[in-house]
Amino acid sequence: MDEGYLPEDGPRWSDQRAERLLGALVCAVVGLLLALIVTVFVHAWPSFAHNGLAWFGSGGDVEEQLNQIYLSGLEGAGYVYTFHAWPLIWSTLLITGGAVLLAMFCSLFVSVFIVEFAPERMRDVLQPVVRFLASVPSVIYGLLGVLVIVPFIGNHLVTEPQKASVAGVISLSGYSLLAAVLILTVMIAPLMISIFSDGLRSVRPGWLEGSLALGVNRWRTTWKIAVRSARPAIVAGTVLAVARAIGEAVMLAMVSGSVAFAPNPADGLIFVYEPSRPLAPTIVKNIDSLGSAPSNATLFAIAAFLLFSAALFSLAGWVARRAMRKYGATA
Amino acid sequence: MDSSVVTPPAQEAPPAAPSQQPQPPRKGAVEGSATWRLSDRIGLATCWALGLLFCAIAVAIVVYLLLQGIKYLKPSMLVTPASGGFSQAESGGFSDAFIGTLIVAVMGISLALPAGVGIAVWLVEYGRPAALARITESTIEAIAGIPSIVLALFGTVIFSSTALGFLSRTSEGVVFGRSFFAAAAMLSLVALPLVVASTREGLSAIPQHVREASYAVGKTKIATVRRILLPTARPQVATGAMLGLGRIIGDTAIIVVLLGATQNFAPVGSAFPLNYLRGAGTTLTNFVYEASPTGNLNQPQKAYAAAFVLLLMVLALNAAVDIVHRRARKAGTWSH
Repeated sequence: MDEGYLPEDGPRWSDQRAERLLGALVCAVVGLLLALIVTVFVHAWPSFAHNGLAWFGSGGDVEEQLNQIYLSGLEGAGYVYTFHAWPLIWSTLLITGGAVLLAMFCSLFVSVFIVEFAPERMRDVLQPVVRFLASVPSVIYGLLGVLVIVPFIGNHLVTEPQKASVAGVISLSGYSLLAAVLILTVMIAPLMISIFSDGLRSVRPGWLEGSLALGVNRWRTTWKIAVRSARPAIVAGTVLAVARAIGEAVMLAMVSGSVAFAPNPADGLIFVYEPSRPLAPTIVKNIDSLGSAPSNATLFAIAAFLLFSAALFSLAGWVARRAMRKYGATA
Repeated sequence: MDSSVVTPPAQEAPPAAPSQQPQPPRKGAVEGSATWRLSDRIGLATCWALGLLFCAIAVAIVVYLLLQGIKYLKPSMLVTPASGGFSQAESGGFSDAFIGTLIVAVMGISLALPAGVGIAVWLVEYGRPAALARITESTIEAIAGIPSIVLALFGTVIFSSTALGFLSRTSEGVVFGRSFFAAAAMLSLVALPLVVASTREGLSAIPQHVREASYAVGKTKIATVRRILLPTARPQVATGAMLGLGRIIGDTAIIVVLLGATQNFAPVGSAFPLNYLRGAGTTLTNFVYEASPTGNLNQPQKAYAAAFVLLLMVLALNAAVDIVHRRARKAGTWSH
């Protein structure tokens, strides 16, 4: 190779070589993801195999089961795997569902506001605010939850008769579904807002102008035309937010109460004050028992379930966006 | 109440700074909300209320932590390691956590940045075979969607394997898989998707004729990438790196699992930098978690102080992202 021709990029950086190197890097990352999926499911298998579908069912005290599993691993004679995760799954469903619904409502209004209605100055304040809320570490949300929100709920919202009515079952101290849902909403809403507003901005101006020209007011135009054609972005943002909410471990470990209890909506509104514990925080709280083989399998089974449900939501989102491709707006 | 103008939604990604807009938005012929039906006006009021609510939440977080931080943070905490003690006055500071956060941030981003930029370059500039490109895109999306607690569990498996066991503490053949190496490697996966997405955005915003001009003067493809495309996309690369850094210093689950349940460095062996990196340690997030009333230490005052330091770091990163954006916009690169 003529050295004078490409002085600063000698033969070491030949094109084929660079392409192969970058290709290898890409393959390595793809391989890593596959390894992750396989590892998690292989390690989880004993727990699923021993419990079958009952893994997802209810029955017994989850804390007691986790403890038995841990102890059987230490003794080494005959591992116990019995684990019925329903209270944890139910808590995940309630907290994630509540937070996602609430965040979706707030995010739709706020992103419409940012894109269409906010005066210039308000917009310049709101956008950094949303970015800031998205970047606050979850442990800070957790800390504020534990030291501010939880005592407030425990001391001011929950009444003494309410505490007395469930005294034999569970204690209402403020660590509750309500605290978890409210804080999780603030955590995931910024993510939704940024994706929703990108979607709203990419709506073709001609469609909006057409509606305005027909005499439809700006509010209706925004909701009937812009929001409808930005539906793929709304689905995409919601899917990401769901994944984030399912996987949130640390903040929920701090404010959800960390009791494997399944709050029952049939008990009336009091259920929002009841503590529970979703799946992800269960892993964090039991992380010290990783050394015991059956505990290890159980925790990996929870992780596998999280991974599977996150993947399922992404798939559902992808299908929904495909169906909505005709609306033209990109997500 | 509402005085903005009917403007077609801006096509640029962020609502461009006023200086950059071709012309100021039209004034006049504004439809106010006065003529709307009641339901529509209630909707608009909801918009305002929720927008102001989010501002209020952000202000409340900053002001509250600022007040608590001023009350409880003493500079000595940043240089005193944590120690055992019965009261909050006796138990030292959190210097190890502070340094730990810096170590983790540097190690994590120095893994994630080259890898992320490499992947983005491959995706935008090479991307053949097309099937592999599609798979890679989905992989990056999937990594972004994996809960960090699952990444942490995966980390315990690969770093306690015999092949990578030398990176963390071993005792009588048992590998604990807890070390700065393990935590930083998994944290780099958390930052990776952000770096890739941002770099990709920057690269694909550069018009094709720039590449063609470079090829025309005889540059090879990789030389074009190194000498022209990456320097042009530098603001986006920097943005991605800083967003990634923010995620790394804010992550708690991976630290709790892979770095340890200790509040001090636990060096392994004697080779200086390596002994600390191979040992367990702590970061600010871990300290806040353990020092909160639900953790093992239960020292809320110190938790506030540490959370305040953490928040300052996050705010600094946010400000840096803003500055980079503003500069790039002023310089008028293609991507802005």
